[in-house]
Amino acid sequence: MAHSGPMTDWRKAKLPVFAFLAPATILYTLFMIYPLIDSIRLSFYSAPSGGDLAFVGFDNYRTILSDPDWASTFWNSFWNNMKFFAVHMLVQNPIGIALAAVLSLPRLKFRNTYRTLIFMPTMLSVVIVGFIWQLILSPVWGVGADILDIVGLKSLFGPWLGKEGSALITLAFISVWQWVGIPMMLIYAALLAIPEDLVDAAIVDGASHFEVFWHIKMPLILPTVAMVSILTFVGNFNAFDLVYTVKGALAGPNFSSDIMGTLFYRTFFGYQLQLGSPTLGATVASLMFMIILAGVLFYLFVVQRRMSRYQL
Amino acid sequence: MAFNVRKDQASRAVIVHAVLLSYTLIALYPVFLIVINAFKSRKGIFREPMALPTSKTFSLSGFEKVLDKADFGTYFFNSMSVTIITIVVVLLLAAMAAWALSEYKFPFNTALAIYLAIGIMVPIRLGTVSILSLMVDLGLVNTLTSLVLVYVAQGLPLAIFILTEFMHQIPKDLKEAARCDGVGEFKIFFAVILPLVRPAVATVAVFTMIPIWNDLWFPLILAPGNGKQTITLGVQQFIGQYVTDWNAVLASLSLAIIPILILYLIFSRQLIRGLTSGAVK
Repeated sequence: MAHSGPMTDWRKAKLPVFAFLAPATILYTLFMIYPLIDSIRLSFYSAPSGGDLAFVGFDNYRTILSDPDWASTFWNSFWNNMKFFAVHMLVQNPIGIALAAVLSLPRLKFRNTYRTLIFMPTMLSVVIVGFIWQLILSPVWGVGADILDIVGLKSLFGPWLGKEGSALITLAFISVWQWVGIPMMLIYAALLAIPEDLVDAAIVDGASHFEVFWHIKMPLILPTVAMVSILTFVGNFNAFDLVYTVKGALAGPNFSSDIMGTLFYRTFFGYQLQLGSPTLGATVASLMFMIILAGVLFYLFVVQRRMSRYQL
Repeated sequence: MAFNVRKDQASRAVIVHAVLLSYTLIALYPVFLIVINAFKSRKGIFREPMALPTSKTFSLSGFEKVLDKADFGTYFFNSMSVTIITIVVVLLLAAMAAWALSEYKFPFNTALAIYLAIGIMVPIRLGTVSILSLMVDLGLVNTLTSLVLVYVAQGLPLAIFILTEFMHQIPKDLKEAARCDGVGEFKIFFAVILPLVRPAVATVAVFTMIPIWNDLWFPLILAPGNGKQTITLGVQQFIGQYVTDWNAVLASLSLAIIPILILYLIFSRQLIRGLTSGAVK
């Protein structure tokens, strides 16, 4: 970015500058920054049986991280969320990169049509996607087994969403199906930005398209891959809609598909016999905030810094 | 030799298209399956789920039930109002802020830009506990206004970021010419700059719109009833209630899918251009 930065001295236009900045800054501060900070503040308070707030220090954190019931629920949802993220990193992003690589091949016909169609599921609401797959995978309907039958794998079909061992992984794959368009598009854009003469020179030297991709293009798009990874991380640790739609707030069976988002919702609003608690909810949200912050800081200060060393 | 190269290229093209076609099928077939079955009778849905509706299996009973039992027109209108109002507000306020950040030298300019960018990475959902109590205090629970306020706050950071980048590219001469003519600062923005931003508007609108239209979280928490449901929440509640009625479930899903598909096919070029223009880097 080779721009020169702001040029006009604001003292010549104090009122306009203030009027331009104030509305956005005020709305953003009031409905985004203030609630985030206030949530962290609330996590240090307790309101027993709906009474007045009382400062309790780190008690809420102690409850969630070391009370036997709470801690097992919290760590269960944390590790489930890590698995959810791992599936996206190991399946969604490699498929996205591969599709982007194929789509950016020279002289490809119907490029735009493929791109438009493959991106389509990303446009659908998570709720819709959740129901679509719940129906297709339902043993009552049986269409999932019919589809597997076409490729001769009918025997593999089972009630995946209903089993403790497979519900979470199945949900992760549904999410991958929906979101693969994002890494595909972002990496495709990065691949387009690579100067053509760099690639042409290698092709003239006898390199195959695969070699060109692996040895020339891949190192150049690594910063985009890193950015896609952190977007995946933030998105996954903030996910809620899919699990809630398919498995409800209880994230069954037996909490096997519970992730941080559903835990936050249950803690805040309560479920079955347990009453909801705004302050404990705020504590879960603050813990999620710290996890996301840790990921973002790792990206900014470790990944991005190391990468910029390799940049042209 | 030359012949072999050509044959190689041809077989490679076949493989490439086979790969892309199979993935396209994976992406589209599940949606296709839902939509075709929405137009079938219950028997047709279960006996031949993968067949297209025929004169024997064709039925609109699902749609009739959905339109009878749920107020999809209202839900759709709610989603449209929230989305459109939010986009207009975000575009205007973000363009104003982006202009101030990119044009004027003032103390803490960079600090303010960073402050406004925090929201790109930190999800607004984490502040939900306080947002709900704020909305209770403001008397805005179960109103579309509460959704608009939250979505504006959520949309502003990325919109300001993209528009600031864009405004840096506006030629200096243009602004200087206007200033020499003695045009006021407000008029420069509204008459000269705002029309110039148009190419970036599509990108910003898309990035603002998708998360809002598809959101379940805030409608569920801030406006869950009283006919204020958005289409996403409306479908979720409807299906929760009629979960065993396959015709109604498939029809309600199709009613939620089809408008988005049409909008997507109309705007896909702008959308994809927005996504691939390198605006998010």
